Amino acid sequence: MSITLLEAKNVGKRFGGLTALSDVSLTINKGEIYGLIGPNGAGKTTFFNVLTGAYTPNSGEFVFAGSALPYGKPHEIVACGIARTFQNIRLFREMTALENVMTGHHLRSNSTLWGILAQNRHARDEERLITERAYEMLRYVGIERHATTLARNLSYGDQRRLEIARALATEPQLLSLDEPAAGMNATETAQLRELISTIRNDGVTVLLIEHDVKLVMGLCDRVAVLNFGRKIAEDVPAVVQKNHEVIEAYLGSSHAH
Amino acid sequence: MNELAEAVPWLGSRNPKAARAFVLALMLIAPLIAVMAGNTWVRILDFALLYVMLALGLNLVVGFAGLLDLGYIAFYAVGAYTWAFLASPHFGLHLPFWMVLPLGAFFAAIAGLILGAPVLRLRGDYLAIVTLGFGEIVRIFMNNLNHPINITNGPQGINMLDSLHLFGWDISRNLQITESFRINSLVLYYYVFLLFVVGSVYVIRRLQVSRIGRGWAAIRDDELAAKAIGINTRNMKLLAFSMGATFGGVAGGLFGAFQGFVSPESFSLMESIAVLTMVVFGGMGNLGGVIVGAVALSLLPELLRSFALPVQEAIFGHVLLDPEVLRMLLLSLAMILMMLLRPAGLLPAHARYSKPELATAGKGKA
Amino acid sequence: METLLQQIVNGLVVGSVYALVALGYTMVYGILGLINFAHGDVLMVGALVSLQVVLFVQKTWPALGAFPTLLIALVSAMAVCMAMGYIIERTAYRRLRNAPRLAPLITAIGVSFLLQTLAMIIWGRNYHSFPQLIDTTPLQPIAGVFITPVQIIILLSSACLMTGLILLVTRTKLGRAMRATAENHRVASLMGVDTNKIIATTFVLGSALAAIAGVMFSTNYGVAHYAMGFIPGIKAFTAAVLGGIGNLGGAMVGGIVLGLVESIGAGYLGSMTDLCNLPVWAQTANLQETCSNGGSFELLSSNYQDIFAFVILGIVLIFRPTGLMGERVSDRA
Repeated sequence: MSITLLEAKNVGKRFGGLTALSDVSLTINKGEIYGLIGPNGAGKTTFFNVLTGAYTPNSGEFVFAGSALPYGKPHEIVACGIARTFQNIRLFREMTALENVMTGHHLRSNSTLWGILAQNRHARDEERLITERAYEMLRYVGIERHATTLARNLSYGDQRRLEIARALATEPQLLSLDEPAAGMNATETAQLRELISTIRNDGVTVLLIEHDVKLVMGLCDRVAVLNFGRKIAEDVPAVVQKNHEVIEAYLGSSHAH
Repeated sequence: MNELAEAVPWLGSRNPKAARAFVLALMLIAPLIAVMAGNTWVRILDFALLYVMLALGLNLVVGFAGLLDLGYIAFYAVGAYTWAFLASPHFGLHLPFWMVLPLGAFFAAIAGLILGAPVLRLRGDYLAIVTLGFGEIVRIFMNNLNHPINITNGPQGINMLDSLHLFGWDISRNLQITESFRINSLVLYYYVFLLFVVGSVYVIRRLQVSRIGRGWAAIRDDELAAKAIGINTRNMKLLAFSMGATFGGVAGGLFGAFQGFVSPESFSLMESIAVLTMVVFGGMGNLGGVIVGAVALSLLPELLRSFALPVQEAIFGHVLLDPEVLRMLLLSLAMILMMLLRPAGLLPAHARYSKPELATAGKGKA
Repeated sequence: METLLQQIVNGLVVGSVYALVALGYTMVYGILGLINFAHGDVLMVGALVSLQVVLFVQKTWPALGAFPTLLIALVSAMAVCMAMGYIIERTAYRRLRNAPRLAPLITAIGVSFLLQTLAMIIWGRNYHSFPQLIDTTPLQPIAGVFITPVQIIILLSSACLMTGLILLVTRTKLGRAMRATAENHRVASLMGVDTNKIIATTFVLGSALAAIAGVMFSTNYGVAHYAMGFIPGIKAFTAAVLGGIGNLGGAMVGGIVLGLVESIGAGYLGSMTDLCNLPVWAQTANLQETCSNGGSFELLSSNYQDIFAFVILGIVLIFRPTGLMGERVSDRA
């Protein structure tokens, strides 16, 4: 039996009269790659935003590693160990790749104002450590050669990698990726897939929200499907693929196009 | 220092070491050159250094953290009035500088927190307007707190402020070295101010290349992303506001001691804007740029004054544009043209760790 | 009671001038998301130009009556300000339309100070007294309230102007194009709206209103000055925010509300903060002597009148950034 890392309990979110999520419950186990799919407007991104604190849920709660997550405070949720990336990449564009990752270490460093001003041993050691770790992280995601390039000058695929590196720098237990393959070509997607499984193999649980059903089915250990704000299936990919309701949801949506 | 050296034309890119020596030498001998042209010029240099401190402090808020503060001069006022209250005959208190200056800085930092706490949620342009309002409110109080109890002495201001006594040595007196050789007090002030500027740069540089500086830069570049990597944006912004205010407070105290009197007139919106223009003109976020901007925009109007006035007299027979008008004209044009033509400023900030030799520092050991 | 009524009348008059200026802020903000910091200075230019024209007309055709003189002055001031609004938009703001948000704001501050400086060069630093063309002596008091002909004219004409503007925006093709541009530039231009022209028109319209407000301001107070635009400008901006920036109706309501708050507040601020009216406090503060001879100990006198606008501005922005009436135009993220 695997250990539960994140449990969503009856999470609901309304925007005015529109119910974006209703009663969504799901569990993510430690060490797995968990996929969350669904047609456009199914509530994937809303779920993601509620989880990572961008929105406050109207009902329900998240239990992460045994304790309830705070609502609506993104920085506290990161501190609990959930890191995220954005659908439309949000890097610190005027910083170099290296500095982006170093900034990601903010949370896990603790030099005080006085320590920094006095440049005491702790502050100096920490700064050196952060630089080294940031280099390691860039190497890990494969963009070390671009360490001194401004983030905005990186290629699209490299920007995605950098964003993942920055998220990993916060030392998360759960890495949540919001449509990481969006806008990528086949080669880039293949590389991304490799990176995600490496991350999982190194002990970080991954929540993958994706449009690309093929990527999700090939990569994820378990998959949940949302439609109209409800969870309609949750199982291993092979089972979900055969689920009646799921097929209908997707066919229905493709008919609607 | 490095940024300044790079800014030296021609030499900066070719021989950084020589450029650095040149900048250092220039800083040290500037007042000695100026004194030959007359005491006025040394005074102008002293004020330029005060503006440099202000610009450095404002740059912390605007350039590093990306928060447009249009009421910055209020902190300068807090520092100056602290000096006036604690070291003048107004209340009969004459505390020594090592108490008054830190207190001024402390009060300014508190004022920064008071302003910062409620306004942090505001978007960029709203924040600007509310900080402007804060600056004006402070000024209105300075103007009116002479009634019913006289605290600020109203528009007349407070005079006969104590000068700067460094451990019993009054630097507002000329230093008599030998019978025939003495050092002008204005020159002494210059070196004292220079010391403060160097100290500020030192402190700010350390902040800049630390987790705090990176946190500010992250907020400036993308606040949402900054939150998403666990930066407590509220605390970081508050820190930026109060740190920036601290520099304003110290500069204000020095201003009070140097000038000998304070009045609300010195802390008008125009002064806030002037400091902002210096930051914008030099290059937001770049210490060298900010220093050059502050020095340039405080010296230029004075240079214009000494050249433009005689020229106007010669051509028109009378003075058409008085110095204050020239200064405003220069500042407003600098602001508009800079934004239109070179929005990053004279010396744009470049990302840290963008140069291979800097970045390899951590690489070898990794 | 009579004082209160009097303060209400004064507040309405000053509030309707704020409202006219606030409309300019709100229109520009609605369309560009820009706080046109220089808008208050357009008011100042309007006032000074009209002053110049009045003086000129009085010298050349002394026989001309007060109203024709004022009308000529008003039209010239509007013309100058409209041209100026166009030039400002064209030279300073248009290029920065897609720049980071702070760049246009900094430019706008620059433009504001440039206008003030130019005015200082042309008209000097002194306060100029504005000739009293319309009678400013109060009429026979009604219910104890004094009102001057100037005030009546201000109230009536601003009501007309505001109605006109509402009709323009809601009923005409130009108005529809303006609303479309405010909603979404790109889409509007795809639908065939010449957004550049619409934006320029907005600036021109706003400047015309500011010019009128400037003339009203200086006829009412009888002075004009190179820096007179700043305070009404910031107050009008407050009014716009108070009503919900981007919302025309809101700007009017905001202007009136601010005018009333300020006028009533200033009237009572002194006595409300008078410690002598609070015996307990007076005793603690040992003020019996001061108070006993009919004296007062006002913590805040009416000198603090200008603080209202700033405090309201701060409170509204912090607690209800969409204003009283709601922000019609969504944030340009």
